Amino acid sequence: MTVFIIRRLMQSSVVVAVMSLLVFVGVNIVGDPVDMLINPEADQAEIERVMRDLGLDRPVHEQYGYFVVNALQGDLGKSFIFGEPALQLIVQRMPATFELAIAALLIAVVLGIPLGVIAGLRPGAPSSKAIMAGSILGFSLPSFWVGIMMIMLFAVMLGWLPSTGRGDTVPFLGMQVSFLTWDGLQHLLLPAINLSLFKLSLVIRLARAGTREVVHQDYIKFARAKGLSESRVVLVHLLKNIMIPVVTVLGLEFGGLVAFSVVTETVFAWPGMGKLIIDSLHELDRPVVVAYLMIVVLMFVIINLLVDIVYSVLDPRVRLQDARA
Amino acid sequence: MQFRKFLIGAALAAVAAAPVSGQAATLTVGLKAEPSSIDPHYHNLGPNNSMAAHYFSRLVEQDDKLRLLPGLAVSWKPVGDTTWEFKLREGVKFHDGSDFNADDVLFTFERAPNVPNSPSSFGTYLKGKTFAKVDDYTIHISTERPYPLMPVDMAAVPIISSDVGADVGTADFNSGKAAIGTGPYRFVEWVPGDRLVIERNEDYFDAKPEWEKIVFKPIKSGPARVAALLAGDVDFIDNVPPIDIPRLKGDENVQLSQGVSSRVIYLHMDQFREDSPFVKANGGGDIKNPLLDVRVRKAISKALDRDAIVDRVMEGVAIKAGQLLPEGFFGVTPNLQPEPYDPEGAKALLAEAGYPDGFELTIHGPNDRYINDAKICEAVAQMLTRVGIRTAVETMPKAVYFRRASRGGPDNSPEFSFILVGWGSGTGESSSPLRSLLHTYDKDRGFGASNRGRHSDAEVDKLIEDALATVDDDARLKLLQGATELAIGRNQGIIPTHYQVNTWAGKKGLSYTARADERTIAMGVTSDK
Repeated sequence: MTVFIIRRLMQSSVVVAVMSLLVFVGVNIVGDPVDMLINPEADQAEIERVMRDLGLDRPVHEQYGYFVVNALQGDLGKSFIFGEPALQLIVQRMPATFELAIAALLIAVVLGIPLGVIAGLRPGAPSSKAIMAGSILGFSLPSFWVGIMMIMLFAVMLGWLPSTGRGDTVPFLGMQVSFLTWDGLQHLLLPAINLSLFKLSLVIRLARAGTREVVHQDYIKFARAKGLSESRVVLVHLLKNIMIPVVTVLGLEFGGLVAFSVVTETVFAWPGMGKLIIDSLHELDRPVVVAYLMIVVLMFVIINLLVDIVYSVLDPRVRLQDARA
Repeated sequence: MQFRKFLIGAALAAVAAAPVSGQAATLTVGLKAEPSSIDPHYHNLGPNNSMAAHYFSRLVEQDDKLRLLPGLAVSWKPVGDTTWEFKLREGVKFHDGSDFNADDVLFTFERAPNVPNSPSSFGTYLKGKTFAKVDDYTIHISTERPYPLMPVDMAAVPIISSDVGADVGTADFNSGKAAIGTGPYRFVEWVPGDRLVIERNEDYFDAKPEWEKIVFKPIKSGPARVAALLAGDVDFIDNVPPIDIPRLKGDENVQLSQGVSSRVIYLHMDQFREDSPFVKANGGGDIKNPLLDVRVRKAISKALDRDAIVDRVMEGVAIKAGQLLPEGFFGVTPNLQPEPYDPEGAKALLAEAGYPDGFELTIHGPNDRYINDAKICEAVAQMLTRVGIRTAVETMPKAVYFRRASRGGPDNSPEFSFILVGWGSGTGESSSPLRSLLHTYDKDRGFGASNRGRHSDAEVDKLIEDALATVDDDARLKLLQGATELAIGRNQGIIPTHYQVNTWAGKKGLSYTARADERTIAMGVTSDK
């Protein structure tokens, strides 16, 4: 077991090292941040000073070496634009993005499972067909477009909800959150729905497929034969069994939810990590882009590592295969 | 695009009347770009300078046409050849109640060029100058040579309080601790990416602005910014996307404010390489760079239908250009008009220059920097193709474009042969574009920093340098006009197409004094009463 974990750890660190090289070089061959940062009235001497200060006059491999040495000490560089540590900028915006992602996940689960179960129990009914048609739209409509449509409908035409920004925040467990204030909740609703649409469709489809399968199982027939009420059959016996794939997939998809928030955050001017990364890309704030991608790489590597370890605990065959390989 | 038209149309049809309430003391503004810091000396760039103008004053202020006004200095004049005297305003208080005097000015000028990690420093305006305090309300600023732009430079540097201490850092400003100025508003808070809040300074030394409190919200996406205005979440927005302008004009709940900017959009041509990478003979063979010939450059100017660019591409929101700055700015010459559209004349000039069948060319331009930049490139290419210069178009994001246009070639030379660029004159006089775009590229002396076509003419250089050392306004005006006439009229060093016109939009009853420097200054937003 220990050997297995050590081997996996080594593989993971190789992945991180290779990714850091790809990310750093990739980001550094595009354009020149100086042109984005500097006042056009500046003369050549000032342009050269800024290049020197930012280390851009050095060859890429030297900049990369410098980056690696600092990164190993936990310093992912300073933002060219803000002059603050890139890591700090990202961490500052993390609560906003996670709040949005969790809200979207909740919406997906709370709406998706009942809708999926309904569609699965009566697959021929018009309501079920409508649900399934809706889930196809949720899959296929681009979220940028849906976001703007939602703004036009709910904010501009109906005037029910605000169109932009994050609203009032209050401190909660050391973070600024907006879901505890009425104003914040109103601001959260539209972006959260927008972000949840894709996952909602996914949950509906998973729940429906699960229901269709489970509803014909012997234990459901037995429960019905025993004379249990329909609600007990569905809520206890059926639901428990379809939850397994739903939870597994959603767990894995949470990372994607955080990553997909880029589009939603841009449309709704939500001050989260996604908006930061898009702005940083536009303005060539390389340290922030690199730091963000490194965090994402690290996050996925750790998740995969944990999954591998858990699997190997649960299923000895994984361990054995690995040892033979 | 189609969709957006539909969307705005639908919105206009349905938007409920949401008039500004008479007592609205708070103004909410949706901005395209937010500042990168509250430190007024950290980053010398548009969004930061616009925002700083709300809570910091400068010695000299600029009005909407960039004319100079007294600020913290009540008057200024040259004393001797190389020294300027600034008389400071008495009785001005900082937001923390302390008095303003010459020590604050000297402290500011000591700090401003030396902010750590500054991505674009204020040294541009302060280097080569020595500052001396004469008394508490008089300072002398000296340069090695006579320097006419002194008051303009002083209009660029926000004055901070010396009480914040010499070791004050950018973070102290961002937290608000050191954000103490003398401006019409006090800084309240900044949550990056979310909002920036300021409130009125009741002790402001000049006319008090209308709004008690202002909330700025960064909304980068154009359609989202317009939607936020229509939804009533913000009262006022800047950078209205041109596609939405005709529809917003028809909406009785929205009021547009427009004004010409000091930004000229122009074409720059390779005037320094015999063998230019993006100029080819017909069929793709090598050719001696025809753009070196002034007749060819003149032909290109004649081939441009500037009226069509303004009417069709810019939807009427632009003014056709024949020189570096629109009428009314310092240095504009009455002797240069926009070149009239004359395709036959262009063909004749091309034939005279030895290119009766034209040649092949690629125009490069950004696609996210100026209003409709990529579309202008396409229009220019079509117009040139019509007179025989078969022109291909390549546009790219500004993040990629500017590096290649400035130093993408061998030995950090400009990479392209024929480009579309814009230049906004921050000083409001033509010396700014002349020295950066048309003076011979001279790294050591800081001339021609953005001369991407490497136009070079000793006569023009001399006029520009003389103008930059002539304090007398009348004499300087003549020199600047002369330089412009030679560089553009005679040499076709650059080919101006149009001056940009910017659009702001507010709820009905809110008007804005459009600024030539394109800044969004909330003091300029007023309600009709």
